[in-house]
Amino acid sequence: MNEQDNLQHDSQEYILECRGISKFFGGTHALEDVDFHVSKGQVHALVGENGAGKSTLMKIIIGLYKQDKGEIFFEGKPYTVNGPAEAIKAGISMIHQELNPEPYLSVAESIFLKREDTLGKSFFLNKKETNRKAAELLKQFNFDINPKVLMEELTLAQSQMIEIIKAVSCNARLVIMDEPTSSLDSEETERLFRTIRNLKDHGVTIIYISHRMEEIFEICDSYSVFRDGRFVGTGKVSEVTTNELISMMVGRKFDNIFPKEDVKIGDVAFRVEGLSGKGFQNISFEVRHGEILGLSGLVGSGRSETMRAIFGIDPLTSGKIYLDGEEIKIKNPREAISKGIAMINEDRKNYGLCLFRSLRENISLPNLESRQRGLLIDQTREKKECTEAALTLRVKAASIEADAFSLSGGNQQKIVLSKWIMSEPKVLIMDEPTRGIDVGAKAEIHSLMCRFASEGMAIILVSSELPEVMGMSDRILIYHEGKLNGEISRKEILDGTATQETILAKEFGGK
Amino acid sequence: MEKSQEKKILGMNQHDFSLFMKRYGIVFVMIGMFVILSVSSTKFLKMNNILNVLSTVALNGILAMGMVFVITAGGIDLSIGSLLALASTTIGIVLQATGSIPLACVTAVVICTFFGLLNGLLVAKFNMFPFVVTLASQLVIRGLGYVISGGYSFALANPKFSQIGLGKLFGIIPYPILILLGIAVISYLLLHWTKFGRYIYAVGGNINAATASGVNVFWTRVGSFIISGLFAGVAGIIMTARINAAQPNIGVGYETDAIAACVIGGTSFAGGISTIPGTMVGIIIIGLIYNGMNLIGISSYWQTISKGLLIIGAVMLDSFINKKR
Repeated sequence: MNEQDNLQHDSQEYILECRGISKFFGGTHALEDVDFHVSKGQVHALVGENGAGKSTLMKIIIGLYKQDKGEIFFEGKPYTVNGPAEAIKAGISMIHQELNPEPYLSVAESIFLKREDTLGKSFFLNKKETNRKAAELLKQFNFDINPKVLMEELTLAQSQMIEIIKAVSCNARLVIMDEPTSSLDSEETERLFRTIRNLKDHGVTIIYISHRMEEIFEICDSYSVFRDGRFVGTGKVSEVTTNELISMMVGRKFDNIFPKEDVKIGDVAFRVEGLSGKGFQNISFEVRHGEILGLSGLVGSGRSETMRAIFGIDPLTSGKIYLDGEEIKIKNPREAISKGIAMINEDRKNYGLCLFRSLRENISLPNLESRQRGLLIDQTREKKECTEAALTLRVKAASIEADAFSLSGGNQQKIVLSKWIMSEPKVLIMDEPTRGIDVGAKAEIHSLMCRFASEGMAIILVSSELPEVMGMSDRILIYHEGKLNGEISRKEILDGTATQETILAKEFGGK
Repeated sequence: MEKSQEKKILGMNQHDFSLFMKRYGIVFVMIGMFVILSVSSTKFLKMNNILNVLSTVALNGILAMGMVFVITAGGIDLSIGSLLALASTTIGIVLQATGSIPLACVTAVVICTFFGLLNGLLVAKFNMFPFVVTLASQLVIRGLGYVISGGYSFALANPKFSQIGLGKLFGIIPYPILILLGIAVISYLLLHWTKFGRYIYAVGGNINAATASGVNVFWTRVGSFIISGLFAGVAGIIMTARINAAQPNIGVGYETDAIAACVIGGTSFAGGISTIPGTMVGIIIIGLIYNGMNLIGISSYWQTISKGLLIIGAVMLDSFINKKR
């Protein structure tokens, strides 16, 4: 805590100060009484687990969200903005992880978007002047590119550079970078770092969000750690170790409240060998009948990507899949389902439900094949079975004919679950099955998982919530940047040899 | 399932009531029109006039039955007006060459179905916008009609064939009405009682969720266009029989009425929402506008305007009910 005291001495040097920020989403506390400050001219690392509240706070700072409580001071003055445009005007720009450039604008037009030069006071654009000013800026940054080139022709690293240049040209004194290196190669990363140092020399302050420890130690001066929507600590990077940072990040209490039972674990049900695709390389693992296999890793580490490819939503570039010892090929979800694989997608709204159709139709959609009488659907049977399925999972709804849209998140998720249970899968992939649903529904879904496992189903659980993976899995595999980085057994968790810190360290690339 | 306590309206809880209004609200509009027309014109309720209304809506009805599949699956088919003309010229040529009515009809339907398939393949295989695909294919089809007929219309002088359009069962019920009813029943079964229909709703409602639930999105989309083409072929036969001539210039703008019937009948342009009974009501309402206004002596210019206003009204009603939920 020594370093914290040191920093507080020069409080007049804080460029950004957030005091007592709280933010609720429905019933959940996304941020709770957060104090966060950044000193002028520093590169300040913001670290924390998935869902620690980093993005929420940044979105508040650039005006995408409004805090429910608390104040923000920027350059010593009270700061309130409605939306990114106002934030930019005030001097704060954010470089998002996912860049969304206008593909058909030129580099110059893109930099000067919404502050175009006109010929005198007319409506007509002064393209010449815009191009000249852009060329000047590009030269300042030693960025050798023609300002007339279209944005779509740029690489990701180049468009990111344009975003940074744009921010600086808007006179940004604080630039927030959200995982800026996640899609850059090492050379591009080096280049970005040079730019960051250059900005720093010019007095620009940077908030740097990253999951890569080695980068934080290379480029950042100070850090702040968030956990579960709370501010945990801050200090100088030079006075902290990776392990200390990780132990600050871990914090969600792991008391074993999960209903996981030990059931008889059978033969290997499902095995993949050397799977590669977009976002993951050389993934091999197996799941047995009755086993719950947990997949842990940071968002974007390749867990969900692997699952989507296994289920046939995205293509695999190489690798083999075996079901009950036999090799199978899956080209699309239809084939996966017919072989006995089901997947609860993390993106419920886009991949889970037809929101404006009835619960009955949603539940029976993948299960119509076997519920036909001649050419027609046996609707009596359909209605009966769907009602039963919804009752078993204790769905709360006006009727089985209600739109999926009218249900709460937890009940919608139960509908997704019902439809896959009805398909009687051998392997059930659950990607973030309890995200965004209330505690009660969560516990119910966990009990159901145990029941399915005891009936011999092989379950793969992907979750960003460490306690959930630890509490529900027989075995946990840990992803780091598209590759598997270690395995932990339930025994190790129960006897305490493996803790949240062990897992998190592996997620961050440690051994 | 636990029923929540809600305010009751007309003995139904609010949820059921809004569901009821959404499904059947347009029925009240139809009944209202019916009442107004019966009061304001003595001719309206005569059997002859009712049959007349029904046989004029038959053509548009059959087209709308095809259109509802396409729109529900998230598409649109602008080519059906041109398909009427192509069907007509095809029938003329085959009839002149062979004299066989069944052969002429089957050829026309097959050709129209083929163009439906083509539309569907372009949309589903190459992921092109249905609006653009059918806007273009409409031109190709129209042109083909002119090419194979040499641009001429010719009378068929085949009284037997013209019976399809003008004949009556037991001398009372015109055949086109029976054909419409037959097609409506088939459509009803297809859309509401088969796997295929369910997939149409799923694809139109949420294409990603449909894919992830194992729906064959490709053939579902193609299928919707095939049905539209096929029904357009059937409508083409009736139209040709009724005018008893092969004409390459008929059917212009017929897609508009078909789309209007769907929309008035509660079909969502975003896809995934529609019913066959609703579409049927939409068809009848359009028929009532034409017939009723003729009876009262309102000019056809005003008929067009009221049709337009009614479409806007129907869509507004729909979004209003949706927002309230």
